[in-house]
Amino acid sequence: MNVFIILGMGAAVGFLSGMFGVGGGFLITPLLIFYNIPPVVAVATGANQVVASSMSGALSHFRRGTLDVRLGVVLLLGGLAGATAGIWLFSLLRRIGQLDLVISLLYVVLLGAVGTLMLLESLRALRRAAQNRPVSLRRPGQHNWVHRLPLKMRFKKSRIYLSIIPVVGLGFAIGVLTSIMGVGGGFIMVPAMIYLLRIPTSVVVGTSLFQIIFVTAYTTVVQATMNHAVDIVLAFILMVAGVIGAQYGVRIGQKLRGEQLRALLALLVLAVGARLAVDLVATPGDIYSVVSERIYR
Amino acid sequence: MRRAAAVLTLAAGLLAPAAAGALENARFEHPEKLEIGVSTDEIAISSDFRGVDLTIFGAIEGYDPDLLAQGKYGVVVALEGPKDDATVRKKERFFGIWVNRHSMTFELVPESYSLSSTRDVETIAPDGELNSLGIGIQHIRLSPTGYFGDGSNLTEFRDAFRRLKEAGGFYQRDPGGVQFISASLFKATVRLPASVPNGTHMVRAHLFRDGVFISEKALPLRVMKTGIEQMISNAAYENATAYGIFAVILAVVTGWIASIVFRKD
Repeated sequence: MNVFIILGMGAAVGFLSGMFGVGGGFLITPLLIFYNIPPVVAVATGANQVVASSMSGALSHFRRGTLDVRLGVVLLLGGLAGATAGIWLFSLLRRIGQLDLVISLLYVVLLGAVGTLMLLESLRALRRAAQNRPVSLRRPGQHNWVHRLPLKMRFKKSRIYLSIIPVVGLGFAIGVLTSIMGVGGGFIMVPAMIYLLRIPTSVVVGTSLFQIIFVTAYTTVVQATMNHAVDIVLAFILMVAGVIGAQYGVRIGQKLRGEQLRALLALLVLAVGARLAVDLVATPGDIYSVVSERIYR
Repeated sequence: MRRAAAVLTLAAGLLAPAAAGALENARFEHPEKLEIGVSTDEIAISSDFRGVDLTIFGAIEGYDPDLLAQGKYGVVVALEGPKDDATVRKKERFFGIWVNRHSMTFELVPESYSLSSTRDVETIAPDGELNSLGIGIQHIRLSPTGYFGDGSNLTEFRDAFRRLKEAGGFYQRDPGGVQFISASLFKATVRLPASVPNGTHMVRAHLFRDGVFISEKALPLRVMKTGIEQMISNAAYENATAYGIFAVILAVVTGWIASIVFRKD
């Protein structure tokens, strides 16, 4: 393991995450896998790194008070349950030798879907800009099927009256992703909160970061306890490089045009997904592999 | 006729234990004894360890000078790593992607194995003898756990296991690694691989006379990794929860410090 390559990786992903306001976990884990870090370690260490990268963003939201703690706690309950189920599934898959495959498949699907959506969206925005029409945010309608569910609860800060079923469900799904893929999941949670739950944009990012910090922290501790898969040195190098890279990313991001940047990130996301897909399909150098219980020691 | 047969059976019954006893005694009646010595029973290795050759000295006591002169004695020295279950998996194409579809777990096999002998072990003793003693990479005991197959792929998985272990440098052999330095004194060179497993290794020496196993000697060798990396690794296994909590605290503090240092005001 070369420290400078890890530093470079952390800084590059930090830079991108600062530029686009994403957590970066969904890029760190595949990069670590490309660098031949065992996927078990890449995922658990990725979750640990996300704790740090979400922390500074979350702190500024805490200071400004742009989060709904009540909503965050309900999300968090789902998230902790999801992470617990996810780690159980993770250990099971590892035991039967299918973990690496499932991690890769999930990443191919996720990166492919996110990359495609981002690319389409940014291309549409670019076309609109070329036609000199104002870029308008799609105005979400007031109600959908989600708002007809029972068990409603009032979230004062968000000024909504919402069933806790979709909130807990969303938290649960993100928790599963955190434990199996080592991501914070903000890139799914934020759009889901805005378009599905109709939560005001002002509190969405802060609330999602609030839940991400606790779920990734919980995942880190459980992964360390059950799978001994957290590499604290690797995580620390990634964190330090990441938080520094993010600062420069933010500055550059403010100077460049959003739609073009998003199109670039979309292409990068698609490229990472494609590389993982190729690795799944290409004939492996050796169709046999051997593991002993203590191989990661 | 029937009576004669009965007498014969009785005689055979009486003879059989006696014969077995004689055979057992023969094993112990060999005058030759094997002695070995290692300069230390504990090795501490640091994180920049790139593997090392270990020299083991030994002597054959009570040897027959004629047999020795004819080269009838064969010495095999093996350094066996700690034993663990090992699972071999085989990938197959499944809807276009490569998936682990078959696996076999071998019970308590050494993680590392370095073999040194006076000449190729296959020429020292017959296969049956080597198999029953588990000497040599081709003869290490590889018994599958909970295995109910037809046995046809047993060979395939055993071969794959040996090949992967040899390719990874965990299993090594040196068919000239045992050299006589005087009439009955020998030195054996075994290799501790770079990625040596922590724990108690065993040095096992076997003496053969004319293809027959006659004496063995074993010594434990503790391998202890030292340095900061190993301390961290030990913590990850022995105090796993505390380690996890520490990892989280480290992340929280890093994020917090970053938000102070880079505060935009």
